[in-house]
Amino acid sequence: MNGWPALERLLNTDPQDTGCAEAMELLHVYAELVAADGAAERRYPQVAAHLRTCGPCAEDIEGLLAAIRGDFDH
Amino acid sequence: MGSADPAADRAGVDPGAFDPESAVWVRSLTSTGSDRERAIGRLHELLLRIARRELGRRADRLRIAGPELDDLAHQAAADALLAIVEKVGQFRGDSRFTTWAYKFVIFEVSNKIGRHFWRTPSVALDAEQWEKLPDRLGFDPDDQAEWQDLLAALHRAVDEELTAHQRRIFVAIVLNGVPLDALTARIGSNRNAIYKALFDARRKLRAHLDANGYLDEHTPRRT
Repeated sequence: MNGWPALERLLNTDPQDTGCAEAMELLHVYAELVAADGAAERRYPQVAAHLRTCGPCAEDIEGLLAAIRGDFDH
Repeated sequence: MGSADPAADRAGVDPGAFDPESAVWVRSLTSTGSDRERAIGRLHELLLRIARRELGRRADRLRIAGPELDDLAHQAAADALLAIVEKVGQFRGDSRFTTWAYKFVIFEVSNKIGRHFWRTPSVALDAEQWEKLPDRLGFDPDDQAEWQDLLAALHRAVDEELTAHQRRIFVAIVLNGVPLDALTARIGSNRNAIYKALFDARRKLRAHLDANGYLDEHTPRRT
């Protein structure tokens, strides 16, 4: 039954999950907090909950982090 | 779903308190004449660089390469530039201006990739690939006796408990593996609405399976 972890991820929902609209609205603020190790998850737990389960928003913040970290390197 | 309440978090932001680099960007983009044109040109260069880098970062998961990939980068940069110029008055200084601007181009990259999916779709939107679900979830065929009743119950719950809209979203994304942004582009919706429909479907399915005893044996109960 090694499919259980995937089924758990599929069926479990987090009531704190803020949804894409608010996460996308705050993504630039959240990304700078992550880049600065500024306690992003503690400050925005609803966004953190969303990013744990929304693949597209998680992909976007990875891209945004790569962009600003690359920018900082120049 | 919870609320991050961004408006409350931004209350009292003074536009005059932007960091110096951000202040230059905003001043230039809201000015007139050659200063504004130069700023738009510099911003476009930045956005194109980020779009190319982002598409390159995702390239190994895409069926796009070469000139087509660069064409998407140009489209994403151009559309992001238009949006930023239109919305620059909404920049609140709660990040560097460039971070705020990069967000637009990252979103446009996702949008373009979602639309591009349907140029060479690998699945039909409404086909129901239930037979692929065990493999998609990672269930071992040798253990079929242990999971077949649960997945049959899941199938029944999808048919009987979900609304037609929730069912369509669930089938497309979970059964057929259509990327969420591709589905958004196909049915003319937005990411938040599709995610919310899938979120509600997932919650409803779990509650139904839990209430009927299918999850007791294998998974911890959650609220």
